[in-house]
Amino acid sequence: MMIERFRTRISGRFLRVWQRNLTVYGKSWKISFIPPFLEPLFYLIAFGVGLSGLVGNLSYRGSEISYVSFIAPALIGVSIMYNSFFETTYASFVRMYYQKTFDAMLATPLSLEEVITGEIVWGATKSVIAAAIMMGVVGCFGLIRFPQGLLLLPLAALGGIAFASVGMFFTGIVANIEMFNLPVFLFVTPMFLFSGTFFPLENLPPWAQKFALIFPLTHLANLARAISFGQIHLSLLWGIGYLLLFSLIFFPLAIRKMGQRLIK
Amino acid sequence: MKDAPARFSGPYIVEAENLLKKFDDLVAVNRISFRIATGECFGILGPNGAGKTTTIRMVYDFSPMNGGSLKVFGLDIARDWRQIKLRVGVCQQENSLDPDLTVLQNLEVFARYFDIPKGQSRKKAMELLDFIALRHRADASVTELSGGMMRRLVLARSLINHPDLLILDEPTTGLDPQSRHQMWAKLEELRERGISILLTTHYMEEASRLCDRLIIIDHGLILVEGKPEELIREHVGRNVIEVAGPTDELRSFIQSRQFPYEDLGHRLIIYCEDTGELYQRITRDFCKEGCLMRLATLEDVFLRLTGTELRE
Repeated sequence: MMIERFRTRISGRFLRVWQRNLTVYGKSWKISFIPPFLEPLFYLIAFGVGLSGLVGNLSYRGSEISYVSFIAPALIGVSIMYNSFFETTYASFVRMYYQKTFDAMLATPLSLEEVITGEIVWGATKSVIAAAIMMGVVGCFGLIRFPQGLLLLPLAALGGIAFASVGMFFTGIVANIEMFNLPVFLFVTPMFLFSGTFFPLENLPPWAQKFALIFPLTHLANLARAISFGQIHLSLLWGIGYLLLFSLIFFPLAIRKMGQRLIK
Repeated sequence: MKDAPARFSGPYIVEAENLLKKFDDLVAVNRISFRIATGECFGILGPNGAGKTTTIRMVYDFSPMNGGSLKVFGLDIARDWRQIKLRVGVCQQENSLDPDLTVLQNLEVFARYFDIPKGQSRKKAMELLDFIALRHRADASVTELSGGMMRRLVLARSLINHPDLLILDEPTTGLDPQSRHQMWAKLEELRERGISILLTTHYMEEASRLCDRLIIIDHGLILVEGKPEELIREHVGRNVIEVAGPTDELRSFIQSRQFPYEDLGHRLIIYCEDTGELYQRITRDFCKEGCLMRLATLEDVFLRLTGTELRE
């Protein structure tokens, strides 16, 4: 029944919501471009110059690689997560709660499903923009193999949808904007640290390795690394499948919770 | 704004039958029925919490109804919601202008929600900015505007799709008298152009001036329906005598003569048809000062029907 309702209430009109966000982004893009541009540079300097001497090389899937080339793709994964998750949590919450933007949209031919879909697709778009900029910067240091590396862009779109959906789900249930601290510290921060981002998962005890597989970032970082190294093989489908499944769960949940919140 | 595609021409622009809306245990709108004739300005009046906003939210498909049927432009809201919303303009009560955008962008971005092509929307937006006298602020941020300007911009935004039906939820609440009169003038101009209007208000002056017909609702039920002047005649009479600090003798005199009245404790409001005679009697025998006679207004009807206790 839910699918049927969704089918009748969704149309390409969700792009109008996406376009609204693009128009706003267009007013400040020069500033919005700076963080994804500088962030990898800071990390590469800190880890590549500062920490690398201590860590040296490490072995990843049987081959010896530098620490910088290990973390650089994971940082792109982290950035994909941050850009979409923070867009559909804090930024969407401000639009919904303080600016009444969604209320205004719902008085037009847009449906709730289209408003929420537009927001989620916009969150994913920000992930793609960030991934593209970071890919350019990291690529300049010879840390990404091209043309395979270009697959980072569709990966950013998929990861972006996954994290934007779960972010929007939280926006549907938090009582106020301060409460986003909970998912940030219980969900996002542990992922940032324990998803095979800064050290190989194999360094963890076996139970923790299994547990980390629940984290979508584990799969996203893995995929980003494989793509950056140019190691495209069929086993990557597992990670892609997990991100797809994660999106397929949280996208309808986000719409449902936002509907309960907005439709009175 | 003469570019106009043909307006809806059926007899009724809105037909609501047994409209029901519940929030958990609370029945906010209790099976009310009303019809709005095409071209009419129709008002919904009522105290806070009476169900005004809930009712109009159902008309623009913001709130789903729990029972009854609702047709707008002769179309069923449950099935043809999108077609209906394409031809309705809405001014919500809370300010929902987009603070991330300029004045002009607010109109143009809104036009996209209605699939109005870019060139056309720019032209229409400029016309509307002329209409609300804000063209000189086209590139200003909406956060720089005064309250009255913002409300005019909300009105302009609701007209971007050339609606057949304009829905206004308390359009002048919180405005200063100048801005309020300006808003009224704009709404009268729109009415003359043939737009049907549905508005809620608790300003009786606003309702008397703008509405062809109105309903007063309370606790989700319609108390009365009619033209403002007819309602005054029917429920209050021609004149009202107000007495400040009434004495008990006056109260018993009024009761003995069986005049309808409203006792506010420190103030007595007496409704009467005759002119002069009763007033003279009261000023001569019961109070020398603090007594005045005036024409009955819609506010008297409202207070008579909904009482005087606070709704909070």
